[in-house]
Amino acid sequence: MKVEAGEYLIEVRNLNVFYGSFQALKDINLKLQAARITALIGPSGCGKSTFLRSLNRMNDLIDGARTEGEVFFEGKDIFSPETDLLELRRRVGMVFQRPNPFPLSIADNVTYGLRVHGQNDRAWLEERLYWSLQAVNLWDELKDRLKVNALELTGEQQQRLCLARLLALEPEVILMDEPCSALDPLATARIEDLMYELKKKYTIIIVTHNMQQAARVSDFTGYFLLGELVEFGETNEIFTKPKDPRTEDYITGRFG
Amino acid sequence: MTDLRKSDRLIKLGLLMIAFSAISALFVITLFIFEQGGPIMFKYGLKSFIFGQDWYPSEKIFGLWPMIVGSLMVTLGALIIGVPLGLATAIFLAEFSSRRLARILKPVIELLAGIPSVVYGFLGLMFLIPFIRENLGGPGLSVLAASIILGIMILPTVISISLDSIRAVPDCYREGSIALGATRWQTVRMVVLPAARSGILAAIILGMGRAIGETMAVIMVAGNAAEIPSSILQPVRTLTSNIALEMGYAAGEHRQALFATGVILFVIIMVLNTIANLTASRQGKR
Repeated sequence: MKVEAGEYLIEVRNLNVFYGSFQALKDINLKLQAARITALIGPSGCGKSTFLRSLNRMNDLIDGARTEGEVFFEGKDIFSPETDLLELRRRVGMVFQRPNPFPLSIADNVTYGLRVHGQNDRAWLEERLYWSLQAVNLWDELKDRLKVNALELTGEQQQRLCLARLLALEPEVILMDEPCSALDPLATARIEDLMYELKKKYTIIIVTHNMQQAARVSDFTGYFLLGELVEFGETNEIFTKPKDPRTEDYITGRFG
Repeated sequence: MTDLRKSDRLIKLGLLMIAFSAISALFVITLFIFEQGGPIMFKYGLKSFIFGQDWYPSEKIFGLWPMIVGSLMVTLGALIIGVPLGLATAIFLAEFSSRRLARILKPVIELLAGIPSVVYGFLGLMFLIPFIRENLGGPGLSVLAASIILGIMILPTVISISLDSIRAVPDCYREGSIALGATRWQTVRMVVLPAARSGILAAIILGMGRAIGETMAVIMVAGNAAEIPSSILQPVRTLTSNIALEMGYAAGEHRQALFATGVILFVIIMVLNTIANLTASRQGKR
């Protein structure tokens, strides 16, 4: 990794996102540190997911979405025309709210990203398959079922598999959009343990509705309300002495 | 209360009878074809009936092999032309065209299905046949002409069913693939099409059914010689054409032999459908 742990990896400047005439994000400014977990909290429809999807330009897929401002990733603006979009998405991976493994075999799911990026050497693919499944603690469970369709796995296994699918590509950033909302509490706890482990090597940004989860796993927390980033800071400060009364209202459960 | 219950029961009984009449129609038709066509096949021998090379009904020589080969050739030709064209159209409409364009084009394609088959045959006769005769040789009336016309005729079936199955693939697969840095085409080829596989196979099966059963358009462009064509530029006769061409004047054993043609057609369609369904369900499981 070029950027050391704790240094700034992503810098967001004056980011505005519009869906048609609706402004989903208002003038977001933010710096994110490498090898840390940043949690984004706030009520539904307040721009958390939109912000997350700006970072790997997934909003490009939405008809009528328009973006203003800059997002610097390792010092380069991802919205500049020189950006290699496919390479950006390889380096900034994403885990979705509902596990979405492809209806292919487990092995094909994990090696999918490598294959679309032109890597076809079988020995290398198998090595990455082993490594990636190890990294999400699935290898022992699934090593005899690599040819099985991924849709036959449990929800938790599917979500781990989606993570393995990313890790195979050696990304630098992992974006997680409420990755545990479809999982039971025990599975959630295990995924959180995994995030803690992954933090050593990857920069993780997680959107969550679950404030306990944000408090448990994250180093930094940002609070989004109606498209604005109301407050951003170290997690224990946000949760113990928030500066903005609106943040306090939310985390003490007065609304939301 | 009791009145309502009574009327419910009556309606249920009525619907049951109607449903059964539809099923029994199928039963009666099957029974009738086999009853009419079965005996003569055994009288002259199943083997000579199916594999016999010559069809001279007036001399009581009933060999259906040229027509069996003809039907299979023409159907295969229709699939070779219609499936790639139809699948490409469906992929374009579902994945690459704007929604507005798709909304205009889809009903237009479905209109193709509404054109009577005799019109297809007529157009083939007017334009396609002379074109083939002048540019490729042969009499023009040929396997190739029939395949092209049938290939166009199965397009609406292939397009609309595979389009529906491609659209039914959840968007979360596309998002997952794009988010890994795949291009749109890679996403279609490696995730969407495999996920839509069983629907696409169904589209091909139904297109095949349409092609093998089509009669009028084929009669008009295929030339109808009852012998195995030596090339795709030679005339060909299909099983359906065989029945339609001769039913008007056939009597006695000739008539029964035409029913036997129907039996063979029936069995071929059953076998093809079963094979296709088996592969569909096996691939679906994988």
